[in-house]
Amino acid sequence: MAQANGAQGFEILAREDYSDVTYMLEVAHPLMAKAAKPGQFVIVMEHEHGERIPLTIADFDRERGTITLVIQAVGKTTKEMQANCKVGTRLFAMVGPMGIPSHIGKAKKVICVGGGLGVAPVYPQARAYKESGAYVIGVVGFRNKDLMFWQDKFAKVCDELIVCTDDGSTGIKGLVTEGIKQAVAKHSDIDEVVAIGPPIMMKGCSEATRAHGIKTMVSLNPVMVDGTGMCGGCRVKVGDQVKFACVDGPDFDGHQVDFDDLMARLVRYKRAEHDALERWQESCRIRADKIVDLKTAVLGNEAEVPIDVQPSTDG
Amino acid sequence: MPEQDPKVRARNFEEVACGYRLEDALREAERCLQCPDEPCVRGCPVGIDIPGFIKKITEKHFNGAYDVITDTNLLPSVCGRVCPQENQCEGVCTVGLPENRLEPVAIGRLERFVGDMAIAEGWENVPYIEASGFKVGIVGAGPAGMACAADMAKAGCEVIVYEAFHTPGGVLKYGIPDFRLPNDVIDAEIQKLRNLGVRFECNTLVGRLFTIEQMVTDMGFHAVFIGTGAGYPSFMGIPGESLNGVLSANELLTRCNLMRARDFPNFDTPLQPGKHVAVIGAGNTAMDALRVSLRLGADSVHCIYRRSKKEAPARVEEIHHAEQEGVDFNWLTSPVEILGDASNNVRALRCVKMELGEPDESGRRRPVVVPGSEFEFEADMVVFAIGTNANPILGQTAKLKLNKWGYIATDDSLATSIAGVYAGGDIVTGAATVIQAMGAGRKAARSMKAYLGLRDSDAVYDTGAGGSLFGIPREEHGFAQVRVAK
Repeated sequence: MAQANGAQGFEILAREDYSDVTYMLEVAHPLMAKAAKPGQFVIVMEHEHGERIPLTIADFDRERGTITLVIQAVGKTTKEMQANCKVGTRLFAMVGPMGIPSHIGKAKKVICVGGGLGVAPVYPQARAYKESGAYVIGVVGFRNKDLMFWQDKFAKVCDELIVCTDDGSTGIKGLVTEGIKQAVAKHSDIDEVVAIGPPIMMKGCSEATRAHGIKTMVSLNPVMVDGTGMCGGCRVKVGDQVKFACVDGPDFDGHQVDFDDLMARLVRYKRAEHDALERWQESCRIRADKIVDLKTAVLGNEAEVPIDVQPSTDG
Repeated sequence: MPEQDPKVRARNFEEVACGYRLEDALREAERCLQCPDEPCVRGCPVGIDIPGFIKKITEKHFNGAYDVITDTNLLPSVCGRVCPQENQCEGVCTVGLPENRLEPVAIGRLERFVGDMAIAEGWENVPYIEASGFKVGIVGAGPAGMACAADMAKAGCEVIVYEAFHTPGGVLKYGIPDFRLPNDVIDAEIQKLRNLGVRFECNTLVGRLFTIEQMVTDMGFHAVFIGTGAGYPSFMGIPGESLNGVLSANELLTRCNLMRARDFPNFDTPLQPGKHVAVIGAGNTAMDALRVSLRLGADSVHCIYRRSKKEAPARVEEIHHAEQEGVDFNWLTSPVEILGDASNNVRALRCVKMELGEPDESGRRRPVVVPGSEFEFEADMVVFAIGTNANPILGQTAKLKLNKWGYIATDDSLATSIAGVYAGGDIVTGAATVIQAMGAGRKAARSMKAYLGLRDSDAVYDTGAGGSLFGIPREEHGFAQVRVAK
């Protein structure tokens, strides 16, 4: 596939940093760019000793033959990628597109909700709905103005765009559920809501629409290993059934998903992840002390970011 | 065969069985009677000429023995280790017949001896290959795909094997632990496939990156073989299965073996090892999960199985090894609930005792609950090793006909409902053994050669009717001095 030129791995063609913790990688994979559909994800290994982490495809460009990933540096792997993945370097492995593509139905009016990092993966769905002729209302939420990204991309595919920030530094002050409330109040004929973000946000969105009876699809990203239905690590409770997010999803009916179960299962490897991060940061410190010139490069992003529940970035 | 001491090996990932030395192999080979009716050959799913290679060993012509084996089986080092020989070749060996009261010839160990020597000495059995101009795609780089790839490459086809993981090997890599089958043995065998001209394309999820239909149309494959394995692990549906610390044997083994979580944090994949581990099931996968848990440092490891030892599907040798290493077997025990603590971690397993009732449709006596026998024991990790279901990806993405269980439907020649597309191994039969998957891969290769119109020297005189040749039954081949043309 992408190794056709003889070199191992998948080349990073572009990188952009949206904030201290959020960065975008554009990876060359012409075949995957051709096959990818909104809602699908990839599994990435940065290097041979790395772990396999699931990342939702934030965008794909069939002409350039690239897959775009937006990543938040929260754990060891994502921080290491933040430090190492530069333009011209290669990811050891990237497999996909995985999962059942989002069903872009005949909905005439939809709300596409993205919270934090979830703003990226909801973009291809918003675009697909726009292309299918739907009236698209975008609701994007960030902690503050500085963390905001892709406003311009959304503006192009949304008929209306509601920006929410926790501190009110731009747009309305409040969570994305506040944005949904506004949109629903204004439009009585919403056919569908698509919500992607941290589990607690998707839970809130599902609760916000339940009373209105609006179909709400969420994209789940639990802990995975293979992503092909083989390990069962990503099993989630949906209604009275157990589903594997990797092959039965990742999209599910938000009104059926047991979010509490999902959130409890996401912290399974918290301690190991924490230890790995500490150890890696320590090794960076040692290296930085030795090579003074590299100090800023390696330690540039050592902000005190807690290891919180962040499914999209740490398998 | 020399083995590591159980107490020592239960704490390391080194291979348990150390393998024959030269003198062991020669002594064992001498025990073969070279009987003319060759029951062992018929007992072998791929039909290795067993007396033939053993004879070469007795002649100290080890390279020749290797050539004889690799005429039919490209992976002697693997099969010598993981085949259930006691149910196959060794199970029907004349020496081992009950009336003789002798152990059968240790065919598996001899096969491993020859295979390992070939790896050490760098022997190859690369035949003269004339390009046929056909292009063959293989989906899944596990045992079925590898066996099929070898045969098609030898028939002169351009062979590309697609694998979803980042490395080829399938269950040999992610499932079977190093102490039963070291990774360098698998890598050596895969290198031999590469030397035959087989290309491996990893990180390729067929069905999603491109479909089976695209392979036979746009991508120009003249034939396709699907050997994706079963996958999709089963759970029981008892309360507490979503607690942290409950996982499938596949997840435990994949994290530990393929992703090397046992070397965490030098490798990044985490695994929260259990101190008190309960594994549910008593098949070979369960034995692997039990023994891996011991090696990851568990204080106690319990096997929970609802039937008795006699019904356990695992190989006798595996159960024996697990017992030696200190696994606590709870036969006739069935879990009813997994209990958690306040932070959602497993703290105990609640079980009931069973007794065997009337035989069920499988002929095994059906276990029934003993009333009032409920009990609990401490556990912080519960592993399900109770089998797998069909992986849904190809069913979701191709118009392949599936059977009622979701496995790919094939005819006797392993042809699927799409012309030119064949399937074999666990994705057709449900979970089985490595050698059965390899047998299916070879059988599909024969059908694919017939489909492509390729001359097949193995099958040229094979009328298919029970192996009879010119009307002479197979049992009399030796007498008639007629052999299938090689």
